[in-house]
Amino acid sequence: MTLLYLVVQQTMFFSIPLLVVALGGMFTERGGVTNIALDGTMIMGAFSGIFFINQMQGRMSGQSLLLIAILISVSVGVVFSLLLAYSAVNMKADQIIGGTALNMFAPAFAIYVARTLQSNGVQQISFQNTFRISSVPLLGDLPLIGGLFFRNAYITTYLGLLILAVSVFVLYRTRFGLRLRACGEHPQAADSVGINVYRMRYAGVMISGGLAGLGGLIFVVPTSTNFNATVAGYGFLALAVMIFGQWKPLRILFAAFFFGLMKTVASAYSAIPFLAGSFLPGDVYKMIPFIATLIVLAFSSGASRAPRAVGVPYDKGSR
Amino acid sequence: MKKAREILAGDGVNNVMSSLFAILTGLLFGLVVLLITNPADAAAGFGIILKGGFSTGAKGMGQVLYFATPLIMTGLSVGFAFKTGLFNIGASGQFIIGAFAAIYTGVHWTFLPAPFHWIAALIAAAAAGGLWALIPGLMKAFLNVHEVISTIMMNYIGMYLANYLIKLTVYDSKKALSMNTAPSAVLPKGGMDAVFYNSLGGGKDISTVNCGIWIAVGAAVLMYLILNKTTFGYELKACGFNKEASRYAGINEKRNIVLSMVIAGMLAGLGGALLYLSGPGGRHIKVVDVLAAEGFNGIPAALLGLSNPIGIIFSAIFISYITQGGNYLQTLDFVPEIIDIIIACIIYFSAFSLFFRSILPRILRKLRERKAERGEDS
Repeated sequence: MTLLYLVVQQTMFFSIPLLVVALGGMFTERGGVTNIALDGTMIMGAFSGIFFINQMQGRMSGQSLLLIAILISVSVGVVFSLLLAYSAVNMKADQIIGGTALNMFAPAFAIYVARTLQSNGVQQISFQNTFRISSVPLLGDLPLIGGLFFRNAYITTYLGLLILAVSVFVLYRTRFGLRLRACGEHPQAADSVGINVYRMRYAGVMISGGLAGLGGLIFVVPTSTNFNATVAGYGFLALAVMIFGQWKPLRILFAAFFFGLMKTVASAYSAIPFLAGSFLPGDVYKMIPFIATLIVLAFSSGASRAPRAVGVPYDKGSR
Repeated sequence: MKKAREILAGDGVNNVMSSLFAILTGLLFGLVVLLITNPADAAAGFGIILKGGFSTGAKGMGQVLYFATPLIMTGLSVGFAFKTGLFNIGASGQFIIGAFAAIYTGVHWTFLPAPFHWIAALIAAAAAGGLWALIPGLMKAFLNVHEVISTIMMNYIGMYLANYLIKLTVYDSKKALSMNTAPSAVLPKGGMDAVFYNSLGGGKDISTVNCGIWIAVGAAVLMYLILNKTTFGYELKACGFNKEASRYAGINEKRNIVLSMVIAGMLAGLGGALLYLSGPGGRHIKVVDVLAAEGFNGIPAALLGLSNPIGIIFSAIFISYITQGGNYLQTLDFVPEIIDIIIACIIYFSAFSLFFRSILPRILRKLRERKAERGEDS
């Protein structure tokens, strides 16, 4: 039973960052801009959040420290994504090239600043994990669900699910969401009824930046005690989750849990009896999430319904 | 005078100018970062970056060429795919799989004598790289999977697979590196050791550069000829410009997508072989869970060279040049990652090329108008 609890808890730690970042990717692509730089934005958000925690953990600790770190990560993510927004919307540059540039910039910047500012000159930023909630007061004592979802948790998990609920509401039940979707499907038509396509696309990219920054912090905090300028390719996995989820929030949730489970199996296989006994070596297990992604993409991309105008810079003069 | 103005307004100059603009802006940004970090040493640091490979003498220039070789190959890989409308971010995975194939052939196929051994290793590397790119190519052509995601997945799968296979077959566990290849599998120096060395005490400190650089340049020339002088290359470029129009014209665009990915993969795999078949003094494959950086550095090489194979030779040498300078920066207590920051800025600004391309004609037009006005007034 504790094994089941462990697997579910670990799956949450791996799935929620994927969910949050994939939702960010969904917002920007629904607006019409491809944001390949999610991985880089995650690194920037995680770097700023973890660096803040590292500097302040002598003076503060616990959930309040984490909350301020969350705010910092989100802000840094938003600002970083402005670079992509400017390049894609104002300069009408190729969005994949801009995104790749930001992906290359982020880890180099994180390593550079870490090695320059840290007194010991190493590139890893370590922090103490004082944020784990061993058991939520009332809910943690419920018979089965308590152990699965309300013990050994972090507030970031619940924050992620809250973001999912808000995303569904914003995308489908508000004027902003409707206009954003219009800009991704047919920006010329949206422009003709007076929607400012540039502003909508900026909004989409900034939302994705904020969510990606948050996702970076959510990824690092439960899974390790130091940050080494990488998020293990999570930004790209989030893109695959978004495509698998067909740009719809609830399907993205399902896809994120699928991959979270794959990743958990890959990293915790030694704890699961019947898997540990098998002869497959560790490297093969590390490959499993990526092979699973490929197989899933192979089957789901045929009927893929991407927003029609995604990746195409909006030019007012064109038809 | 008119001919000069015509040339200035032409496309070629525009492209080169936008690349130069991107490079200058990137370098400027690097200077700003250096100034913020350590104003006292910033000028000296910038000087080191500009001096690049020359900072360590003739051997340094040799090392520049040595590290430019895989960059030319991965740059060709990305650039060739670009020309045909595909974004090959998978160069890293194709590179390391090709490298493994070359090392494996070098270590285990010792029954082959000298020239055939390393030639066989090169062919094995190209084949392995091509195979690694075949899967994303097929998925793009027939299953409509976006090649960016599938190649990124193949990068990670390739890295883990290469690490696993190295540990299985060609591992030097004491150093966590791949083993030395047989001497017959090492690429011949081709006279490069007579030029690129520093005198050290009584002997020579020879650079690890070898005939690999010539193979890389030859590959670039070959790609240039294929793209610009053959029907096949013409069809590939047509598919890159407009898939539907090419299909209407009778070109089999599915076959072309697969073939361009395979060729791109072969180029990247060959790059892996050229880097790692350099004998015991050269590089060995480190068995760590880190994606091969050479694969990603091929992207700026391709973008700066404007996907033109000959341009890629120069941009790859440039990137290798400043990277060598960056390594030398550590003597001034600067972190060498500044070079990656500069390269990232260069790519970022190189994407503005379309915008920049409209500035130069506009300036020329304004000059012409002003001249015409003055001509009317007088």
